[in-house]
Amino acid sequence: MNVHASDGYTTADGRQIGPVVMDLKNITLRFGGVEAIKNISFDIRQGEIRAIIGPNGAGKSSMLNVISGFYVPQEGEVWFKGYRRGPMKPYEVARLGIARTFQNIALFDGMSVLDNIMTGRLNRMKSGFLSQAIWWGAAEREEIENRAQVEKIIDFLEIQNIRKTPVGRLPYGLKKRVELARALAAEPQLLLLDEPMAGMNVEEKEDMSRFILDVNDEFGTTIALIEHDMGVVMDLSDRVVVMDYGRKIGDGTPDEVRSNQEVIDAYLGVAHD
Amino acid sequence: MTDRQSLSGEAQSVPALLARNMARFGDRPAYREKEFGIWQSWSWAQTADEVRALALGFLVLGLKPGDHVAVIGRNRPAHYWSMIAAQMCGAVPVPLYQDAVAEEMAYVLGHSGARFVICGDQEQVDKVLEVQGMPDAPQTIEQIIYTDKRGMRKYDHSRMNALADVQDEGRAAATRLGTELDARIAALDYDSTCVMLYTSGTTGKPKGVVLSNRNIIETSKNTAQFDHLTAREEVLAYLPMAWVGDFIFSVGQAMWSGFTVNCPEGAHTMMTDMREIGPTYFFAPPRVFEGQLTSVMIRMEDAGRFKKWLFDRYMKIARRVGPAILDGEQVGFGDRLAYGFGKLFVYGPLKNTLGYSRIRVGYTAGEAIGPEIFDFYRALGINLKQLYGQTEASVFISQQPDGQVHSDTVGVPSPGVELKIGDTGEVFYRSPGTFVEYYNNPDSTASTKDSEGWVATGDAGFFDENTGHLRIIDRAKDVGKMADGSMFAPKYVENKLKFYPNILEAVVLGNGRDYCTAMINIDLTAVGNWAERNNIAYASYQELAAHPQVYATIKSHVEEVNRSVAEDPMLSGCQIHRFLVLHKELDPDDGEMTRTRKVRRSVINEKFADLVTALYDGSSSIYTETEVTYEDGRKGHIKATLQIEDAQVFGEARQQKVAAE
Repeated sequence: MNVHASDGYTTADGRQIGPVVMDLKNITLRFGGVEAIKNISFDIRQGEIRAIIGPNGAGKSSMLNVISGFYVPQEGEVWFKGYRRGPMKPYEVARLGIARTFQNIALFDGMSVLDNIMTGRLNRMKSGFLSQAIWWGAAEREEIENRAQVEKIIDFLEIQNIRKTPVGRLPYGLKKRVELARALAAEPQLLLLDEPMAGMNVEEKEDMSRFILDVNDEFGTTIALIEHDMGVVMDLSDRVVVMDYGRKIGDGTPDEVRSNQEVIDAYLGVAHD
Repeated sequence: MTDRQSLSGEAQSVPALLARNMARFGDRPAYREKEFGIWQSWSWAQTADEVRALALGFLVLGLKPGDHVAVIGRNRPAHYWSMIAAQMCGAVPVPLYQDAVAEEMAYVLGHSGARFVICGDQEQVDKVLEVQGMPDAPQTIEQIIYTDKRGMRKYDHSRMNALADVQDEGRAAATRLGTELDARIAALDYDSTCVMLYTSGTTGKPKGVVLSNRNIIETSKNTAQFDHLTAREEVLAYLPMAWVGDFIFSVGQAMWSGFTVNCPEGAHTMMTDMREIGPTYFFAPPRVFEGQLTSVMIRMEDAGRFKKWLFDRYMKIARRVGPAILDGEQVGFGDRLAYGFGKLFVYGPLKNTLGYSRIRVGYTAGEAIGPEIFDFYRALGINLKQLYGQTEASVFISQQPDGQVHSDTVGVPSPGVELKIGDTGEVFYRSPGTFVEYYNNPDSTASTKDSEGWVATGDAGFFDENTGHLRIIDRAKDVGKMADGSMFAPKYVENKLKFYPNILEAVVLGNGRDYCTAMINIDLTAVGNWAERNNIAYASYQELAAHPQVYATIKSHVEEVNRSVAEDPMLSGCQIHRFLVLHKELDPDDGEMTRTRKVRRSVINEKFADLVTALYDGSSSIYTETEVTYEDGRKGHIKATLQIEDAQVFGEARQQKVAAE
């Protein structure tokens, strides 16, 4: 496998990975005197599942926030789909085709699952305030189209039975799934998942892994994820970036990363077994 | 389409019934399915078109008369259509349990020699491919057809097709193969095979029960008349398609009466979908009714004081006069008025919540239902009745007529059914629905069905003296003798135990022993809710099951059961002297139950041999390790130390025990 070819590569399971979608060049991010990210470069390719791992405080979430455009790095360049990206507003990021889920679930607790997912399609609704208020003409058509799309996602993630349930009443694992559904509703090209398996039991983790793979397979969505569960990361991802204290200490396929001595020392632990 | 009606006056096959319904009901809905949050419906005319297209598609793929077509998936119109389409082509549909693991499926696929397999989704396709990859698997499967396209894009499609594509190909070939299909439909008669269903296999390997058009259509006709079913009925198809009951309700009776079959979105949405449809004719095993009652009671416990008071007050009235009103008996004006108010405030809204607002006829069968549970639903004005049946009889052996309903009987013989009780107390029947044979198993056929057509049910029973209705005691082979020669009927005691909401499952042991013991499964919903209300923390099922207070509650239930068992002199020996609460739920995946959730006694005796020993050697606790199978098929072990408790016994049994000591 030649990861560095400009037009992509083929994975072990036969998936075709395309050209670079997001290119991060020499990123440095500081909060006052603290350097959260120190001169990191890596890329994300079309159609791949890219994991960012590292011990607590390694700068993973900061990295994800840089990718999502929420943090603007002091140094370095962020290239998305061939354009250099400047500082952006969140809705501008969403329009570019980037959607995310959060480590601590950020859903509207009082709203139903359906309404929560519908918010994921807000930036696709174009009808005016007045016509939305009286739900007539373009607004009605739009809502029906968007609802149809949302129903496809509900079917895809198998959450039909909780469609009308307020999110606040759901168990944790299902909330995570609803959050994924909302992110998918935006039909993203790049999906960012911040610890999608955190706090889940084995069965929920298996379900979530299956859904992540299915999303990637069915919609061809490029996925970047942060995750602590090593088994999950190694099974799911095509390429892994390893961070420690804001530095990049490894980058490559799960196998390459697993055999990287620096990674073993820093993260997996030397005294393992 | 060829019309067999003209030949004999009545349709003699399911495809002929479909043609009749198309002509008679045309635009009325035949099937509905909720998909993407909306109920999609197909009229009889559209259904006939879809089924024909599918049958033509099967011909394109080379389906031959006499072939077997396995259908594995949840209740969906397309799967029912596949079964009818298969019959049109002269093939035999074989529905399989969709939650069966690959090993179980391998046996049935191999035994039936299915050439075509219809799979609901990727999961089922994967299992079929796994079966094909097994070293000793018979390679009979030639075509796999799947309904849901999700995840299927990258599979090798050289012998695989999406169902919709098969239909498209069928439509394209209509002119070329239409005559052939019509000829095959015309060749079907009353004695050609309608369906082959595998028994759940409480004992040994599943057997393929061959049912003819005569079996299905005669039974459907008789029973539809018995309950005055019309084309206006609405049923919810949610029970496993491999189970004979679903075939009779959703295919046989639906085709005969021309009513609408509604398929829920998925297993988890069944209750919501049921509310939306409001079925008029409904079947559920006791487990479903028990589960609903438990959830209603739990929610009432959490309700406000006023609501709780209102509920309790009017349920009391309903319990007193509801069943009588339902049976059309004399009830005083005051009670009728009170019941009327109750209907307005409690029963109506409750029935609406449960989806029972429009029910005309409801049936339960498969297991005994607790009298309290049964009366609860009847008190609400739901015409819930019991029936007794089995796969070999095309379901119906006996059923309760309107107005003659008792919780402890299973009614009078169904129309056309003859019943007799054998010398050993076993129930025998002979009916138009009696199966043709066990597929490729003449020995079993001969030992089950005698030359005059009488079939042994395997259940022990008798006719109730007061009502003349049939009463079933237990499986004939489970009825045994205690060491002192008194009768041992485990199911009788287990059912009494299971009527308590806290107890999900019970296994009573004692055949050939001095006294009876029991292994008990708690109901996590009920006991979990109790724990929550009493601030009892628990981390797992196992921990909750072993909690001393749970043990105390179960003990009180066991003793109450003992007291009631003691009242029956014939069965007083079946009182439970010692019991334990199991650390895991009995599960079909672990082989402890059948897919229809009946306890497999031999497996339990073997698997929990250490527990059985401990129950009888007087020890007060036992350490055990049990193998469990997770949903993905992996195996693991759970370890536990279980307490064994003594329970008080009553009447003669007590004296015996004292004497023994």
